[in-house]
Amino acid sequence: MASEIDVVPAIPTRKDEAIGRLQQMVSQGLGWARKYSLFQYPFVTACCGMEYMTLAAARYDLDRFGAALPRFSPRQADLLMVVGTVNCKQAPVLRRVWEQIAEPKWVVAFGVCASSGGFYDNYATVQGIDQIIPVDVYVPGCPPRPEQVLDGIMLLQKKIQGQTHRLVEPAPAPAIVAPGTR
Amino acid sequence: MAKVVIDALLERFPGAVTGAAAGPGGDDVAFVERERIAEVCRFLKEDPALAFNVAPYVTAVDYLGQEPRFEVVYNLLSTRRSWRVRLRVKVPEADPVVPSVTGVWRGADWFERYCFDMYGIRFTGHPDLRRLFMYDEFVGHPLRKDYPLRGRQPLVAERGVQDVYRGPGPAGRD
Ligand code: SF4
Repeated sequence: MASEIDVVPAIPTRKDEAIGRLQQMVSQGLGWARKYSLFQYPFVTACCGMEYMTLAAARYDLDRFGAALPRFSPRQADLLMVVGTVNCKQAPVLRRVWEQIAEPKWVVAFGVCASSGGFYDNYATVQGIDQIIPVDVYVPGCPPRPEQVLDGIMLLQKKIQGQTHRLVEPAPAPAIVAPGTR
Repeated sequence: MAKVVIDALLERFPGAVTGAAAGPGGDDVAFVERERIAEVCRFLKEDPALAFNVAPYVTAVDYLGQEPRFEVVYNLLSTRRSWRVRLRVKVPEADPVVPSVTGVWRGADWFERYCFDMYGIRFTGHPDLRRLFMYDEFVGHPLRKDYPLRGRQPLVAERGVQDVYRGPGPAGRD
């Protein structure tokens, strides 16, 4: 059992301090830039898509939050919006789309179907897309009001602003897997 | 209304049509023997006085616990006469095979694939009897009443969900 006395206090050197301060500044700047330029990939599968259209159109105007531009290629997007029911047959597709999005990436589950499967508790439906991919913000509602989604987007912006962006990524790049071996 | 259709069927196929009733509002039913369903359908389509040129819906029913267990239901429409008729075919569980009517109405193709996918009823003479909705890896037929309600067979491995915040709302928000 380590007591309080045993713990060696970490004394930051001036170099550590400088790097930490720099990292903090860069993180804040990057977070500020990233949260206002969310390029979204709408993975629209079901009736929630109607509400998504309302959200993107002029009345609710997602553009005010810098998330106006839907990209229909995952390689150009950094926010995956999963809008609607995802069934087991579609799960590999969703997984693949998510894998194709370059880091940094975020995921919003739009509606109860995407969040938890909703009332489709049956043989065909995935019980929430978090069974397949990690999710940052869940927006409940069947379908959710556009205001709710705007609230979710603002929560996500808060999260992005608060994230630490490392100056150097220590993790090694993942090995490239030959197609068909996975 | 379509009493004519029932009468014509009973007159033409006394052995194959085992029971018929003209219901109110054109809700007419005829029970047909399984082996002769394609023949009966071809007669209904090609007889100029009847001309049932569309099969808007072909489906199946599972009467679990009864014998014969399954039933295939053909809803037919004559756009010329504006008549509808429903043909019902009993199918036993041990041998769930029915002659295909894709040769009569090309549009019955996907309906028969649906019946095969959901109930496991096979249609002889169907050009391409694959599953319609479920994936090929799926085992069993989900609309059979003895298929478990939550019998999911996921295609990708599901991750145990740990990273969900389950509190009353994000702490320190606004
Ligand atoms: S949450 Fe409701 S509106 Fe949205 S996809 Fe599911 S059923 Fe449709």
